[in-house]
Amino acid sequence: MNDAEPSFFHRFFLAFSAFGRTLASGEFAAGVHRLRRGGAVTVPATIVAVPAEPPKSAPLSEVLKTASPDAALQLLGLLQQEGRLIDFLQEDVAGYSDAEIGAAARVVHEGCRKTLRAHLALEPVRAEAEGSRLTVAAGFDAQALRLIGNVVGQPPFAGTLVHRGWRVAEVRLPKLAEGHDARVIQPAEVEL
Amino acid sequence: MNAANARYAVGIDLGTTHCVMASVELDRVDGETVLLELEPVPQLVGPGAVEARTLLPSFLYLPHPDELAAVDTVLPWSAEPTCVAGELARSLGAKTPLRLVASAKSWLCHPGVDRRAAILPVDAPEEVARLSPLEASTRYLEHLRQAWDRARPEAPLAEQRLTLTVPASFDPAARELTVEAARAAGLSNLVLLEEPQAALYSWIETSAGGWRKQVGVGEVILVIDLGGGTADFSLIAVTEQDGNLALQRIAVGEHILLGGDNMDLALAHGLRAKLAAQGTSLEPWQVQGLVHGCRAAKEQLLADAALEALPVVVPSRGSRLIGGTLRTELTREEVARTLVDGFFPVVDADARPIARARTGLTRVGLPYAQDAAVTRHLAAFLGRQRDAAADCGITLAAGASFLHPSAVLFNGGVFKAPLLAARVLEVLNAWLAQEGAPAARRLEGIHLDHAVARGAAYLGCVREGRGVRIRGGTARAYYVGVESAMPAVPGLEPPVEALCVAPFGMEEGSRAELPAHELGLVVGEPVHFRFFGSATRREDRVGTVLEFWAADELDELPGIEVTLPAEGRAAGEVVPVRLQASVTEVGTLELEAVSRDGAERWKVEFDVRASDAG
Repeated sequence: MNDAEPSFFHRFFLAFSAFGRTLASGEFAAGVHRLRRGGAVTVPATIVAVPAEPPKSAPLSEVLKTASPDAALQLLGLLQQEGRLIDFLQEDVAGYSDAEIGAAARVVHEGCRKTLRAHLALEPVRAEAEGSRLTVAAGFDAQALRLIGNVVGQPPFAGTLVHRGWRVAEVRLPKLAEGHDARVIQPAEVEL
Repeated sequence: MNAANARYAVGIDLGTTHCVMASVELDRVDGETVLLELEPVPQLVGPGAVEARTLLPSFLYLPHPDELAAVDTVLPWSAEPTCVAGELARSLGAKTPLRLVASAKSWLCHPGVDRRAAILPVDAPEEVARLSPLEASTRYLEHLRQAWDRARPEAPLAEQRLTLTVPASFDPAARELTVEAARAAGLSNLVLLEEPQAALYSWIETSAGGWRKQVGVGEVILVIDLGGGTADFSLIAVTEQDGNLALQRIAVGEHILLGGDNMDLALAHGLRAKLAAQGTSLEPWQVQGLVHGCRAAKEQLLADAALEALPVVVPSRGSRLIGGTLRTELTREEVARTLVDGFFPVVDADARPIARARTGLTRVGLPYAQDAAVTRHLAAFLGRQRDAAADCGITLAAGASFLHPSAVLFNGGVFKAPLLAARVLEVLNAWLAQEGAPAARRLEGIHLDHAVARGAAYLGCVREGRGVRIRGGTARAYYVGVESAMPAVPGLEPPVEALCVAPFGMEEGSRAELPAHELGLVVGEPVHFRFFGSATRREDRVGTVLEFWAADELDELPGIEVTLPAEGRAAGEVVPVRLQASVTEVGTLELEAVSRDGAERWKVEFDVRASDAG
């Protein structure tokens, strides 16, 4: 990776892989945490999945050395295999009727949902129903709960739950064989 | 057998469509409360991707040498497996069926093929190194053993108290082959358990002692096990022994190759016909997709009475998903007609399965049930077993035309659709009402996919004396065909009489007496006998000779064969012997030829190579 600002594509994978590794590795998570608390100044803030304050100290280069896109590619591969997600997103939908898109969307929805259920344990961040009023006490986890709108004054804050949030409680990805090329998320198929 | 050092009781459900393994640590068993765990089985789920799953799909894929890179088939315990087992095998096989070994278990009990010959996959071209049904079963067990041994290197599976399940309808030869497969996989310390019994054990285990309040003395429990590939029925009577409730398996059904896979296939064929009527003809790969889509849509339609129809979508194979996708609809009416009325029709208690020309349900080779109606098979079973409970002191009302069960335990993936279990119960209760008997109730609480493996693991605890054991012994009496003493009529085959060598209900570890009747064996030549079983003749003793029998009383099984070694005798000499049967601790039937003085014994083999029997 060069030091210039990475392409969107690259940032996308980086974000995904940082996401996976933050969940999977305590060490990595600690690195991300340090980064968010003020990591290296030399590195653009787009590295982590969550928007962060400008980082200020140095452990990031270590973090970057170990970061690998494999987990993100693997997840993409699973979403493609089961739910044809990449095929769907790569197709130009402009020329199709809603019924045609809807038929394909069922394949994508069913397959991707199955994949999510099989490999991630998803849970809402907040258990309350959306639209309900809630109080945010001082010292809340700013990563898990974001204040929006009229953000003024001091906690506790009273507000309305707009989105319950999602948190991945567990990631269960298949183990990959050493030397397996995760970049091929869908092999070309040739019928004989 | 030596399981003295066993730390675990392990149950393996070696299913037609998937295998499950469950275990319980024997030290942690407390009375009737056991802590059962399912063993995750690492398997290839994609090329180069290994994941531990509870179900190991019973599929083997024999890849072309150039098809998969070496790294793509690496397992935690093997860098170079010769074939792929489990999830990846199933998904590769969906696209390349000619290299897929499926339903090996059904082939293992197919009397029309040589079960030791490399015949699978049947459609494979010459260059594919095929496997025998026996080898395929061995591979699954080997995979499970490796998975276990890797998770617990300090307690290898071969040293644990292992129970392997077989369909109740498996004949002695198929049971023996199952044990042979286990031995070949390095597992010689095991016992066999019939699957419906395993399901009932699981129900007992799940109730944690509460089962005694749910059933009482004099009841008959009907177990209906409807898996992906087979339908298996058993009857278990609740009796009393020394003041305690006891369970006795009193009857098992015939081997019926009919299951959930047939149902999905039938729905898909219905939709294919509908599409064809609209001018769209499907390619084979689209039918596969249709089957897959039908399975999902069927489950939703059967679960939610408010749904009238669900779209079934067959995605294109190319990268253009939206343009090439085929869409049709599965309606509630179609599911009701094809599935509920097709497989579970409302019939009378005297209905019997219809033998008719083979339909779209059949595949080349396997003897699938010709009548798809589960309820007709059930009616035939209960009718044939009308008197099964008499020996337990359970009498039917006068004029009863079939055995009246008082409770039903459903098992197998088919019953994930609650509507289907409800339909079976409705039909059964209509029969009972007609004969003035009280309605049967449903026993609940088992996991439809895991119960057999769990019950098998639980048996390991029971064998340690912790819990009630289902008794019953062999569910058939066995007979050897002997030529009748009647004068031969030219042009006619000499009539055959059936000599009973093993009575009904022989317990594990017991030996039948010697029949008085002698057979002549020719030294140095294999001698072949016809072999029969009866699931209804409970009163025949060893030595009983049947000259006539009704068509549904005796089933012809694969023949038996014995060769007397030539040592000490002249070749061609005829030696009189008697046949003695025993049931091993493992649960297999063994036959021995015993010399007149009783000093010499020769093992009689089940002929699993015959292709004309059955």
